[in-house]
Amino acid sequence: MTGAVTYRLQINGADHAVESSWLGESLLYVLRERLGLVGSKNACEEGECGSCSVLVDGRLVCSCLELAAAAEGTEIITVEGLSPDGTLSDVQEALVAEGGVQCGFCTPGFVVAVHDLLDGNASPSPLETKEALAGNLCRCTGYGRIEAAVERVVELRRG
Amino acid sequence: MADGVRVVDRPRTGIGVSTRRPDGGPKVRGEFAYSSDLHADRMLWGRTLRSPHAHARILSIDIGPALTIPGVSAVLTADDVPGRPTYGLTVPDQPVLARDIVRYEGEPVAIVAADHPDTARRAIASIVVEYEVLEAITDPQRALQSPAIHPDGNLIRTVPIRRGDVDAVGSVVVEGTYEMGIQDQAFLGPESGMAVPDGAGGVDLYVATQGLHQDHAQVAPCLGLAPEQVRLHLAGTGGAFGAREDLSMHVHACMLALHVNRPVKMSYLRDESFVGHVRRHPAHMWFRHHATPEGRLVKVEAQILLDGGAYASTSAYTAANSARFACGPYRVPNAVIDATCVRTNNAPSGAMRGFGVVQVCYAHESQMDKLAAAVGLDPVEIRLRNVLARGDELVTGQTVDVPAPVRECLEAAASVPMPPPASDVDDYGLPGGAGRTADRARIRRGVGYAVGFKNLAYAEGYDDDTRARCRLDGGVATITCAAAELGQGFVTVAEQITRTVLGVDQVVLAPASTATIGSAGSSASSRQTYMSGAAIAMACRQVAEGARRAVAHRHAVAVEALEIDEGRIVSRDLSIDIPIGRASEEPLEAEVNHHHRETFPMDPVTGQGDTDVSWVFAANRAVVDVDLDLGLVRVVQMATGQDVGKALNPLSVVGQIEGAVSQGLGLAVMEEVVTTDGIVRNPSFTDYLIPTTADMPPVEITLIEEPEDGAPFGAKGVGETACLSSTPAVVAAIRAATGLELSRVPVRPEDIALADVRREG
Ligand code: FES
Ligand code: FES
Repeated sequence: MTGAVTYRLQINGADHAVESSWLGESLLYVLRERLGLVGSKNACEEGECGSCSVLVDGRLVCSCLELAAAAEGTEIITVEGLSPDGTLSDVQEALVAEGGVQCGFCTPGFVVAVHDLLDGNASPSPLETKEALAGNLCRCTGYGRIEAAVERVVELRRG
Repeated sequence: MADGVRVVDRPRTGIGVSTRRPDGGPKVRGEFAYSSDLHADRMLWGRTLRSPHAHARILSIDIGPALTIPGVSAVLTADDVPGRPTYGLTVPDQPVLARDIVRYEGEPVAIVAADHPDTARRAIASIVVEYEVLEAITDPQRALQSPAIHPDGNLIRTVPIRRGDVDAVGSVVVEGTYEMGIQDQAFLGPESGMAVPDGAGGVDLYVATQGLHQDHAQVAPCLGLAPEQVRLHLAGTGGAFGAREDLSMHVHACMLALHVNRPVKMSYLRDESFVGHVRRHPAHMWFRHHATPEGRLVKVEAQILLDGGAYASTSAYTAANSARFACGPYRVPNAVIDATCVRTNNAPSGAMRGFGVVQVCYAHESQMDKLAAAVGLDPVEIRLRNVLARGDELVTGQTVDVPAPVRECLEAAASVPMPPPASDVDDYGLPGGAGRTADRARIRRGVGYAVGFKNLAYAEGYDDDTRARCRLDGGVATITCAAAELGQGFVTVAEQITRTVLGVDQVVLAPASTATIGSAGSSASSRQTYMSGAAIAMACRQVAEGARRAVAHRHAVAVEALEIDEGRIVSRDLSIDIPIGRASEEPLEAEVNHHHRETFPMDPVTGQGDTDVSWVFAANRAVVDVDLDLGLVRVVQMATGQDVGKALNPLSVVGQIEGAVSQGLGLAVMEEVVTTDGIVRNPSFTDYLIPTTADMPPVEITLIEEPEDGAPFGAKGVGETACLSSTPAVVAAIRAATGLELSRVPVRPEDIALADVRREG
């Protein structure tokens, strides 16, 4: 492959070497195809669906729009990093319990986006939740159970 | 339980309880392996070269430049198809790869395998195809007068229904012409899969699909292989909604893998997906309703034209559905209906949730509102005066002999408390949402109603049977069934049924595959719970019988002295009480082949016949706010009354309804594949809009439980019906708010804001 580069990425607290990668590869592609982190999904690969959502230095981004090589030196959190010990985070647990998962293709993106939302705003209003999650498409659920899951987490965190 | 959901009668067993999905944990952790996640050593990437023209003759194809690109392992064209050159779900009329003619934009012409997706992309771009562009027949209204664009001709099927007195007239007559654009299923998981050669000339294909066996029946002949040399395995499937009924990359990936003798993965990009699967048939419909002055239907006349696109797919059956359900769930004594599906140079149409019924539901419900206005009744009353009930005859002459709670569905939807007025809504909740462009003084509220119904399972004499195997060993029940889990929750219901019948805690669902069991039929037409759920229940009951015999033998009592009771084998005097899971030392196994009741073809002249297995009913009420100046619509609330027979998993049923409503809402106000001369103009989620959280209102759901005899635990399939009636309900609400005619969906902002300009020309 012409334009091959080698670099390192910090993902979920671990250091990964990316070797002989084409410079044009997106962060999503490198996560999925080079590092085996297929949790981030590829529903559009053009920044419109949010299924590839990850956190880069705490910022919620579509990994399909980020150049992987340009993410060197950042801290990347993917869906795999939100429940490292094989348990479920409160957001993950709520999505399952409230029926927010059907085909699940949107789900990893929602998991990341909901964590990001609630870490920044502990009790969003229903409309704030809608606005925050409007960049994540789901074709199966109609969102009702996903929003119910967000409410459940808000209540649980409130204690 | 979700707010706004009222469920009656919830027993304590596995059935009727909102148990969690078995795949929920892996899905939220990102560990669930979807078809696009697959990977194998030495795997190559496949990619497809597609026609840029809607209709053209292929003069030459030069693959030479692609072969010189380092990393490219194979470039294949029609000449390389090893077996039958064409495939198709009902008729094999579609080329695996186009040879002389391309008949729609996006038709596959060549395929490549390369070491990297970008190499494959460059290889595709380097192939030189010389086309002679032909006139594209893209207007279905011209198709029958145009030269045939396929050896099979331009008429796919005409389905007539003649019922009662075809000359009957009513004293009140309303007429209308309606149009529906192209809706895309827009599942999120791309068409994808991986083909792995077995080293002995055969191949294993891991693929996202609705029906492994129906795919297998098409793939093996095209590969020129014996059936047993080709095995299809279900890979994680990211939604389907009808779009995975037909083949996409299946044959192509297998051809490449067999050619290079390496695993090959293919995964469509989103723009490719818009032409890579069949979409909902766009429709032109004319209706005339006759009624008495009291608003009772006398006769329905309908002329329905569906655009089937370039290849047949399931169009013949879609047209039949459009005809059979053209009148809606009403008593209609007389009818004259013709539904025709034609071939054009648009991309092929095929199955989508609501299969041929979504189109006519929009039309017949628009007509019912016209009729209500003509006779001076409100929209709920006109419907209640005409609704079907159990025991009534359909326009096919078939008697509805299952629960038909149309009235109950409508009354439930109509009795949901209204949402707060627009004046109480904060800006974000107004039409236009976060843009806050709405002028409050120019917002109008409207309310609309609709009912709909559709058949369950396949029709017209088609025997879509299913199989399931249950093996009980050491207290663990293993279920083998080839039913495809698409997201709908079949896996959850399969486990619940097994637990309920056998009383075991541990249930394992074996992977769905053509290699381990015969067909379960497709996950389509709301049929899997109804069909394969029933097969699993029967297989489990046979295993329970085996357990009963084993216990009788061991305890030297007559089999009749024992009963099967909630997962236990119990003697009348209770001296024997053994869980089924521990009843036998030996494994117990049973396999069941389940058929639904026999159905019959439609008479070719009158359309009469007992065509259907069962039916499901739903009603919707929509409340909208419309910005008259900008033409923006905010759906404020949806209320749904849904006939479910019995909710095996209420949470899952609610999820199906909410999802169906969102797709119906999308069709009402935003979703359309826009084409010009057959070329798709908006193949992306930037330009083809589907509802987001910001668009979806709360859906207030009432489940109407009237168990159907013979159905598994009384359950009907619930996947489709709510999307039928949600579209016309939303449009009716917009009409109520604006007074506009709105005879086309989706209703676009300009249809509202510029309606005056348009009318005045
Ligand atoms: S895959 Fe990145 S936004 Fe859709
Ligand atoms: S659950 Fe299927 S796309 Fe969201």
